Amino acid sequence: MSDLTFVRSDMQPALPPPVRTTGAIAWTRKNLFPSVSNGVWTIVAILFLLWLVPRLYGFLIGDAIFTDPEGLRGEACRFEGVGACWAYVAARFNFFIYGFFPLGEVWRVNIMFILGIIFLAPLLIPKAPLQKTAALMFFVVYPIVSYWLMAGGEFLGIPGTALRTVPTNQWGGLTLTLIISMIGIIVSMPLGILLALGRQSKLPIIKWFCVAFIELWRAVPLITVLFMASVMFPLFMPQGVNPDTLLRAIVGICLFQAAYMAEVVRGGLQAMPRGQYEAASALGLSKPKTMGLIILPQALKHVIPGIVNNFIALFKDTSLVSIIGVFELLNTVRAAARDLDWSSPTQAVTGYIFAGFVFWIFCFGMSRYSIYMENRLHTGHKR
Amino acid sequence: MSLELDIDHTPDRSKMTVSQTDIAIEIRSMNKWYGDFHVLRDIDLKVMRGERIVIAGPSGSGKSTLIRCINRLEEHQDGDIIVDGIELTSDLKRIDEVRREVGMVFQHFNLFPHLTILQNLTLAPIWVRGVPKAEAEETAMKYLERVKIPEQANKFPGQLSGGQQQRVAIARSLCMNPKIMLFDEPTSALDPEMIKEVLEVMVQLAEDGMTMLCVTHEMGFARQVANRVIFMDQGQIIEQNEPEAFFSNPQHERTKLFLSQILH
Amino acid sequence: MSVENGASPRAQTASSILNNPTVRAVFYQVALVISVVVLFWWLWSNAMQNLALQNKATGFGFLNQVSGFNISFALIPFERTSSYLTVYFVGILNTLLVAAIGIVLATILGFTMGIARLSKNVLIRGFAAVYVELTRNTPLLLQLIFWYFLSLNAFPPVRQSWELPGSIVVNQRGLSFPAPAFDGPFLLLVAVALLAVVIVFVMRRWAMKARDVSGTIPSGIVTAAHYTDVIVVFAIAWLLALFAQVMILGEANTIASTLTAAVIAAVSATRYERLARLAIIALVVVGAGVPAMLAALSALPAFLSNGFDAVGAAIGGTQGLEADAGRTVIARVLAFVLAAAAIWHAFRTIPEKRGSRNLRFPVSLSVVLIVGLPTLFYFLSGAELAFDPPELQGFNFRGGWTAPPELTALIFGLVVYTAAFIAEIVRAGIQAVNYGQTEAAASLGLKDGDRLRLVIIPQAQRIIVPPLTSQYLNLTKNSSLGAAIGFPELVNVFVGTALNQSGRAIEIIGMTMLVYLTFSLATSLFMNWYNARVALVER
Repeated sequence: MSDLTFVRSDMQPALPPPVRTTGAIAWTRKNLFPSVSNGVWTIVAILFLLWLVPRLYGFLIGDAIFTDPEGLRGEACRFEGVGACWAYVAARFNFFIYGFFPLGEVWRVNIMFILGIIFLAPLLIPKAPLQKTAALMFFVVYPIVSYWLMAGGEFLGIPGTALRTVPTNQWGGLTLTLIISMIGIIVSMPLGILLALGRQSKLPIIKWFCVAFIELWRAVPLITVLFMASVMFPLFMPQGVNPDTLLRAIVGICLFQAAYMAEVVRGGLQAMPRGQYEAASALGLSKPKTMGLIILPQALKHVIPGIVNNFIALFKDTSLVSIIGVFELLNTVRAAARDLDWSSPTQAVTGYIFAGFVFWIFCFGMSRYSIYMENRLHTGHKR
Repeated sequence: MSLELDIDHTPDRSKMTVSQTDIAIEIRSMNKWYGDFHVLRDIDLKVMRGERIVIAGPSGSGKSTLIRCINRLEEHQDGDIIVDGIELTSDLKRIDEVRREVGMVFQHFNLFPHLTILQNLTLAPIWVRGVPKAEAEETAMKYLERVKIPEQANKFPGQLSGGQQQRVAIARSLCMNPKIMLFDEPTSALDPEMIKEVLEVMVQLAEDGMTMLCVTHEMGFARQVANRVIFMDQGQIIEQNEPEAFFSNPQHERTKLFLSQILH
Repeated sequence: MSVENGASPRAQTASSILNNPTVRAVFYQVALVISVVVLFWWLWSNAMQNLALQNKATGFGFLNQVSGFNISFALIPFERTSSYLTVYFVGILNTLLVAAIGIVLATILGFTMGIARLSKNVLIRGFAAVYVELTRNTPLLLQLIFWYFLSLNAFPPVRQSWELPGSIVVNQRGLSFPAPAFDGPFLLLVAVALLAVVIVFVMRRWAMKARDVSGTIPSGIVTAAHYTDVIVVFAIAWLLALFAQVMILGEANTIASTLTAAVIAAVSATRYERLARLAIIALVVVGAGVPAMLAALSALPAFLSNGFDAVGAAIGGTQGLEADAGRTVIARVLAFVLAAAAIWHAFRTIPEKRGSRNLRFPVSLSVVLIVGLPTLFYFLSGAELAFDPPELQGFNFRGGWTAPPELTALIFGLVVYTAAFIAEIVRAGIQAVNYGQTEAAASLGLKDGDRLRLVIIPQAQRIIVPPLTSQYLNLTKNSSLGAAIGFPELVNVFVGTALNQSGRAIEIIGMTMLVYLTFSLATSLFMNWYNARVALVER
């Protein structure tokens, strides 16, 4: 057969794809009308957007009140068809962020925020310099400094460093939300690691103790833990010791969170190949050294996305402390909604939208970060 | 890689007959793009019934994409592909018809891990062809015997070695009684010992007169079983010839380079 | 330890008993036990001292005492004189009610959204993504408070209740719907419905057994399915004809639409089914297309200048209706397009199914039997079934079942929140099935639906079910947030009110934790069983 042999004389150059497979029409066909029923859905979706977008725009921007130049307060937003009352959020902004913290002392909170960013940034950016120093600062030094900045008094008893004392019932708003979640993560990390190691242990009593601890906390809703902390905590303390509500809530959250953290860490430990253990003991490393130098660093790096996701859950869960009367962000918004000076038809809704937006920014940012880390880990494996 | 086919049985070319008139596949000036990337350029190929074609070429040359166009796992944007008299368009019915007549074996086997070997083999006959269960199982056992693993029928794919899995995959295709078989690097994921098992089955299939298109690096198979070797590079067919001539006297520079790199 | 104890003859350190692993193990564990015991003893003695000082009693005796408060929503009879134990059970039952309804609805919404996230349609995909990212990244408590606030403020007061078809009433006090009277006819209807399910089940088994023998399902079933298709076509055509009349004439003529539907159904039973399809399209066009198009044309200038509300006004204008009615028309068109899309899709696939239907038990047959038999019975029995509809009496609706706004907001919030997580699980599960599986199934000639049903879903299922179960558990645990919006579930009535009144903190919190522990234990037992059952057999 003649067509059995063939030798190409000149190479065919690469051509651009035909327009009907690339242009705007092709894109529309492929993405909006791939089939008849899909096309119908597209139309429905467009109709829905036509319905939704103008309303949303009207409420959030078009009919919204942004400023209150005449100092009318609630009056400014008290009319038919008003959109969001952003002027109210602007007026109560300090309350939402700092709670009842004395206004003259707010600079202390700001310094705490700035220090937090400075210490945390190197930990979050892969391969940033000074990570070990930053970790030490963030996990050890920062909590002490922050406590001093928030609560006031003398820094480590050093004379001349006295700041005005601010009792914890004046802490609040976003500041308190961040404080609770930070303490939650800083305390629950080491506890979670210990519990995870205990759960992996070959010693039966230690193992079962850790299993029982973890499963008990994971089984019950956080709200019962908080009720328990607020009702039973004082009962179990010696007479005269009466921890304040915030401390009770934080203890409850830390124990609860430690159980979840333990499960994340356990996932990382289980993912470690046996070869790593064997190689470490072949090098003559003792068990604690194997864990501390070889296994844990790798396992923890592996579960960073899991830890971040856990932190997102914790951050959202801090809103529950409002139920036992702690004024974190959600509770300040709820309290401000009862402010008669600003009473208007959309006062409460605007506050909720603001709170939702703040929570969303934090959680969405963290979830993107977790996805980014996950992708980084995966490419690391491929290479 | 050597030009010798390392199996215990010498392929009998006299059993492999090529029809002179009956066209199995015809591809005319076919082009395909992935986005802006022109992966297949101006492909013309006519395959007669009973032909055994080996498609070789460096990775990324578009050889897998070409055979995946034949059962429309990939869509082409320009030109015609006619398989067993049916022109491939976006018509779902025609695509299903073509797929019923064309079997395919993948590099990574793609057995269904949740079904037993027997269920893997009977799934399509029962659900596509409407074959009674008992009959489908009988056929399945026949093909399992042909690929020499009838004793594994009730195991799950995860319990088998790679070579066994690939033989099951071939049997699974054969159960649909296809007229054409496509092989997409069937031995690339296997150890040498297992490659042998799979090649033996493929040789047997060729001796039974199956029309086969194989993307493979097994040059021994190409030399002793294929009736035509196609060399592809940069998405186009560079050279094709009968195996003896292809290996002893390559014409195109690229072919020479490729052969010198893989044969030693 | 193997290294230190290696058989080196040279470095024989005095083998200290402290280096013996067994001794160390015993030591660590004894230390743990002692510290735990000491800790608990300390806590316990503190508690006893504190309780003694406060003159509070302990023990479970209080459970039989009269609670003395009221619960707004209870599934079992409850009054002020009921005991604390009854409060406990009311709380558990309410929690279970929320969990049960929430789980069903969250599953439906979650699967829909998960599949929508994989859609080829960029709008659908984008919509699902926005939904998931919005709900997952804000606290559930905030969402619940928001929905509760809306349910109190966005719904009308009792006097201006929205009365929906089927005697469903929506107002600020909740969602009321007719309650069936649990008498003879009702039980009979339930029996018929169950019977229909059994009939379908038995028929399906029989048909599939027959298929194993002959390769195809019995021709009787195929014929029956053909006729049920005709019934389905009739129902679709009837609804569309009715709708077209309302859209065009402003009134419905049941006789005319019945005749139209009958003709279309009859044609669909012949080989001219394409004609029947065309007729249905015509009804769609006449019923919705023409008015919508006219309205759209006249509304375009207005829309460009004034936005959406103006469209409503313009549409109202073309039909000589009030501006406000224009919006109703849009709403109708929207609802109609939705319905038509679903119906059209179902109808479009009928001929395809007919081709391969002798291999599969027909879905339409099952649906028609399960829905149709009880309906038929209902009408044949002279519709004696007693429903107790909600009716306005004085200042409130009486009769029927009423879900208070706390319950609807709680369920709505839980469903919206949990479904976002379920959507991600479903999406991940489907994406986790190697694409090679789809390709292998396709290359064997399996059709789209069969590929999904026989190859993809069974594999995705084993990935989806375990995390799905833990989402169900999460939903159950999260129902405790009902306490924050005043729904009387377990935590609210028992840990909240009952604890405040009785002061038995330890007992009450212990009993509450026991309930959640039981849920959690049951879930993990199920998961262990499921994982063992579906584990892939590998070497």
